[in-house]
Amino acid sequence: MSAVHGKEPVAVVGVGQTHHTSARHDVSIAGLVREAAHRALVDASMTWADVDAVVIGKAPDFFEGVMMPELYLADALGAVGKPVMRVHTAGSVGGSTALVATSLVAARVHRTVLTLAFEKQSESNAMWGLSLPVPFQQPLLAGAGGFFAPHVRAYMRRTGAPDTVGALVAYKDRRNALRNPYAHLHEKDITLEKVRSSPMLWDPIRYSETCPSSDGACAMVLTDEAGGRRAPGPVAWVHGGAMRSEPTMFAGKDFVSPRAGRDCAADVYRQAGITDPRRQIDAVEMYVPFSWYEPMWLENLGFAQEGEGWKLTESGVTELDGDLPVNPSGGVLSTNPIGASGMIRFAEAALQVRGTAGGHQVDGARLALGHAYGGGSQFFAMWVVGSGHPGE
Amino acid sequence: MTTRTRPQARRDVAIVAFAQTRHVRDSAALSEVEMLMPVLHEVLDQVGLTAGEIGFTCSGSCDYLAGRAFSFTMALDGVGAWPPISESHVETDGAWALYEAWVKLLTGEADTALVYSYGKSSPGRLRDVLTRQLDPYYLAPLWPDSVALAALQAQALIDAGDTDEAALAAVAGRNRTAAVANPYAQEPGDRPQGEYVVRPLRRGDCPPVGDGAAAVVLAAGDTARRLCERPAWIRGMDHRIEAHALGVRDLTDSPSTRLAAERAGAFEAPVDTAELHAPFTSQEVVLRKALGLGDDVAVNPSGGPLAANPVMAAGLIRLGEAAARIHRGASRRALAHATSGPCLQQNLVAVLEGEDR
Repeated sequence: MSAVHGKEPVAVVGVGQTHHTSARHDVSIAGLVREAAHRALVDASMTWADVDAVVIGKAPDFFEGVMMPELYLADALGAVGKPVMRVHTAGSVGGSTALVATSLVAARVHRTVLTLAFEKQSESNAMWGLSLPVPFQQPLLAGAGGFFAPHVRAYMRRTGAPDTVGALVAYKDRRNALRNPYAHLHEKDITLEKVRSSPMLWDPIRYSETCPSSDGACAMVLTDEAGGRRAPGPVAWVHGGAMRSEPTMFAGKDFVSPRAGRDCAADVYRQAGITDPRRQIDAVEMYVPFSWYEPMWLENLGFAQEGEGWKLTESGVTELDGDLPVNPSGGVLSTNPIGASGMIRFAEAALQVRGTAGGHQVDGARLALGHAYGGGSQFFAMWVVGSGHPGE
Repeated sequence: MTTRTRPQARRDVAIVAFAQTRHVRDSAALSEVEMLMPVLHEVLDQVGLTAGEIGFTCSGSCDYLAGRAFSFTMALDGVGAWPPISESHVETDGAWALYEAWVKLLTGEADTALVYSYGKSSPGRLRDVLTRQLDPYYLAPLWPDSVALAALQAQALIDAGDTDEAALAAVAGRNRTAAVANPYAQEPGDRPQGEYVVRPLRRGDCPPVGDGAAAVVLAAGDTARRLCERPAWIRGMDHRIEAHALGVRDLTDSPSTRLAAERAGAFEAPVDTAELHAPFTSQEVVLRKALGLGDDVAVNPSGGPLAANPVMAAGLIRLGEAAARIHRGASRRALAHATSGPCLQQNLVAVLEGEDR
């Protein structure tokens, strides 16, 4: 069944983020989110009064020790008298939050929606917040790295990828981050050798192949067709968006290339009319918290045949000047305010097609993919944004 | 409070099924998943669908009740999300999950939605847990608990001449007497008001603490008509938030409820039923005033949260109870309300209607 009048086209007209760092002691949680929201509004040439509703997301509340913080943040987000929705879908939440906001405009419930995601990890301890007490989880499985390392090992065994590939991803993303003033890590003296010789944390994942813990927020202003058409600045149009979930564990689950990720990508590509993602998509912001997830997701997202993803990474295709730049912003490996990391992917994809990515702009990017995942490789959120109107 | 919102030229979406647990003080023998599973099966059985046939799934729950991060993932395992499903989650009452699902159906991307929520208050001390949702820098360190904050609101109402202790006792008696007819209620039947918990609120003015779960199925257009004899059509739904700091709010009023009701179209025609998410007797007084409900409206015929208040599900249950009343022909036009945050900070209002065929 089709909608009564079809969906309203949705435009990204404003993007804002904080300078991400390990501890933003200079601001409260409210100050942090307001900084990102304010930048997004300025970017959109809008004020708080232009916003009809706010959709906010973040990862588990234990990461700050504040239960349902959106209640306390209503004032800071200029939301008093407006609808506020709070999304939580694990690590994919930043992406899911943007998609819930997109739906509000697409369904013509609201014209203009401010969407925002944040994490202020310095207020608590995310690694232990993620480490469930026995008997919910086996002992010594500390943090996300302990969960994901065996699946990286499975990928290496399955594909025969040389063990040098992970370091290449980290080396690329950390160099890309040097071009992004908002990125958390700015390792000016990074070398491939330094990545390769960094301490082993969760074999085969080394320290330099691991995402940092960041404080940060990211916000976007989404609006309807009329708003997009009259926007004074460049616009990113939403060409497709989807979420998929599957159980954490079950017999037959493929942790290396989860079906939920493949299904989600297929749905988004169908909406966006993409039949050959490798050729048609100009830039990818994918959620790579540990280096090896770049080649793994390249296959899961259909950019490479099964077993071939690492070859794209190894041959430089995913470099900023390659023909499929992946994480030109520096990615999650350089900036990881967990709940915001997914939204940063979505927002960075929008910046690319708006041509406003600054020092990490991919020349001529017209179509970009934003990707987020979470939980036990089970929650996926993606969107494709383009410089052109989806109907044209 | 003013805002620009689109006129409601919308796809027709209805609540077509509702199920809930028998709410209990302590479900220690059951995990959240075990508590939820029978409700999911029951609601899907009502419409003859499987989880895989549902277009969109959305849930509401809270890690702070479960005491662990990502607690909702266990519930998702119970849903049986395989092959993968289109799914989302809100970290609040399931009424907002229903709202997200409603919006999803309005886009036309799905024709059916499964919405569920659950909460087990028994593992912790709820009054302490809820203090963690207050301003973390200025309020939470003082641990002002949910009953104490509600008592401030009740006293403000009494001081304003809006109610008195006898009237509050009557609210408690009416709700719990109605709950006698509700097999799912945790605390049915009128009972003595008891001692003060926090003056002026007595034990009878406060909701029972308990565990429970609820689920509904939404469907659009002809799908809804096929799945349900008498769908409860969502004529409008809206939610609004107020400032967090209690000191800047007039606790005797609920402008966010009134605005949400206005946006939902509640004042365009009279309702015969209202299911209000008023955990404290005094909050029913506030909501009745904000919504302009007269004595001719059946308020909380289910017994309301004073008879069963499984946190994170109690708001969704209001929508479910109002819809169920329409399903069985006992209501033509009903209002359902859900709340979140201290002293009714955030409020959602839905208007549901049956249609005579």
